[in-house]
Amino acid sequence: MLLGATLLAKQVWYIVPLILSVSLVYGATRHELWRPILINAWHTAVWMVVFMAVIFTVLFLVSWSL
Amino acid sequence: MTSPPLTPEPTLEIDLRDQNLAALLAWLWPGAGHLYQRRYPKGILFMACILGTYFFGLSLGEGKVVYASWNQTERRWQFVPQVAIGLPAAPALVQSVVKRRGGEPLFGGWFAPPRNQAELSEWHNRLNIRFELGTLYTMVAGLLNVLAIWDAYGGPVVGEPAGKERGPPKDDDKDKTT
Repeated sequence: MLLGATLLAKQVWYIVPLILSVSLVYGATRHELWRPILINAWHTAVWMVVFMAVIFTVLFLVSWSL
Repeated sequence: MTSPPLTPEPTLEIDLRDQNLAALLAWLWPGAGHLYQRRYPKGILFMACILGTYFFGLSLGEGKVVYASWNQTERRWQFVPQVAIGLPAAPALVQSVVKRRGGEPLFGGWFAPPRNQAELSEWHNRLNIRFELGTLYTMVAGLLNVLAIWDAYGGPVVGEPAGKERGPPKDDDKDKTT
């Protein structure tokens, strides 16, 4: 329920263009050609989302007992 | 069983032209250094991503989130990463000088530092989370441009194998065709 409420909060969606931009620029600094840039950008974006999901889960579990 | 010998693949060579000039151009305007190096797709990608992030953040904060101020009212350390974006942050420096000379803010008040603590509080109160988000977006844009400047100066971190796809043309290639 908390997860659903978090996703519905409009502030969360401000992260989407930021992830897109950061992963594309980071990918472009690692490679020169389009295909490897896009692959790297995808991996970076997934990594960032998973990382934030892990942090969210930890905070969620910690706050459960409060 | 023996494994085949590892032979290094030939890597795609990139003509970085004058690296210092490319880095300077990349700082002044995101993507400009790459356009100078004829790395057009990357130049356009950097320009779109970095400037898009910067101007989106600036509009979120209604032009109040990028300003240069280092006094009793506020020590705006966030301007340090913001100024890495180059010319798009330059109006903040102009506004800072104008304010120090006692003049009225230019550009409709965009990029102008707050006159006092009360005005800064009013901005925070009115813009609420958009002030923080705008500041974050513009800071991230500046930091991304540091990566782009480094790429313009030194090329990509990972070398690409030379294959069907071609990189930007080198001066030598041009000589061969003429």
